[in-house]
Amino acid sequence: MRMRTIEISVGAFVLAGVLAAIFLIVQVSGINVSRSEETYKLTARFDDVAGLRVRSKVSMAGVTIGRVQGIVVDTEFGEAIVTLEIDGAPGSLTIDTGAKILTEGILGARYIGLVPGADEEMLGDGDEIVETQGAIVLENLIGQFLSNFGKG
Amino acid sequence: MEHVLRRIGAETLRWLQGLGRATMMWAMAVARLPRWSDVSLIVRQVYNIGVLSVVIIVLSGFAIGAVIALQFYTQLARFGAEDAVGVGLALVLLRELGPVVTALLFAGRAGSAITAEIGLMKTTEQLSIMEMMGVDPLRRIVAPRLWGGFISMPLLTVLFNTVAIYGGVVVGIHWLGADPGGFWSGMQNTVELWQDLGKGMVKAVVFGLVVTWIAVFQGYDCEPTAEGMGLATTRTVVMSSVLVLAMDFFLTLLMYGDFR
Repeated sequence: MRMRTIEISVGAFVLAGVLAAIFLIVQVSGINVSRSEETYKLTARFDDVAGLRVRSKVSMAGVTIGRVQGIVVDTEFGEAIVTLEIDGAPGSLTIDTGAKILTEGILGARYIGLVPGADEEMLGDGDEIVETQGAIVLENLIGQFLSNFGKG
Repeated sequence: MEHVLRRIGAETLRWLQGLGRATMMWAMAVARLPRWSDVSLIVRQVYNIGVLSVVIIVLSGFAIGAVIALQFYTQLARFGAEDAVGVGLALVLLRELGPVVTALLFAGRAGSAITAEIGLMKTTEQLSIMEMMGVDPLRRIVAPRLWGGFISMPLLTVLFNTVAIYGGVVVGIHWLGADPGGFWSGMQNTVELWQDLGKGMVKAVVFGLVVTWIAVFQGYDCEPTAEGMGLATTRTVVMSSVLVLAMDFFLTLLMYGDFR
């Protein structure tokens, strides 16, 4: 009789733990179970990626369509090569798609915004986005402003 | 001079011997992998260690979640960033406070009880009697408690985190009126499964292992007197608390530290 109540309460305890874990996984960390597993990769070269991180969002028209997978530097040209992981199968982005590094809000995180193009050809797996615009660095902007201000 | 040196040497040797005995006890108890007949012993320990700690864990979790939400809300509202309450709450809980506070409460609630129980068994020579009867106390007494603590601690941490987030929801959304949409979506966008939840659970598992190990060893190794039992129980709580906090720093450094 005593052992029975112990076993029941241990069962309830373990069950509560498992349910809590499911709550944390689904509701708190928000993994999207139905998210398509299929992805493909694009690369893009930027002159400056200041503030962009691995796993930053890649979005188009404000909707997240992928993540930044890797950032490496090309010391020869002084550029950053960013690998993007886009959800779905290739064939939805035109070859003249543009990529900009933008900021969410004033102090928000950096993300990559894709701007649709008008070409007939589509980007395939591993292709490179040519039209890019790097991050705006506040110090450079102020520097430019000051030097122009001095001349004027 | 000679005095001081001798004293340092003696203390070091004593400490090393204790560590060796603790390691031997742990290794020998774990090496006796549980058989089917031991499962009921482990279940009983999960009850003693885990189920009986649920009330204190739930109450503290709710209070801590509520107070974090309150503090974050009042500070963030100055910048009009009340939506970030959810993110802050979830990250603070999953990464640090969840495992650490659970481990501290666990040491105080379950650890001291384990030490006192085993200490009393040793003081009243129940352990020696068992050995004489041919029952292995490592298998019968020590191993089930080690496994019970190892199973209970992660479950308690998960419960703590969930209840604390609920406490944050009650205060942040229902009472202070943060926007639920921003609260949850901010949380879901920022919190990552492995980076935040997973690494927090690694901490919980390590803490569970260490706290039960200390508790069982202090009881098993205590001086068989009333005074020795009291000292051992105190030592369990003090040692586990200090060790949990120190290990938390190094685990954070190891897992989140951005150095190579």
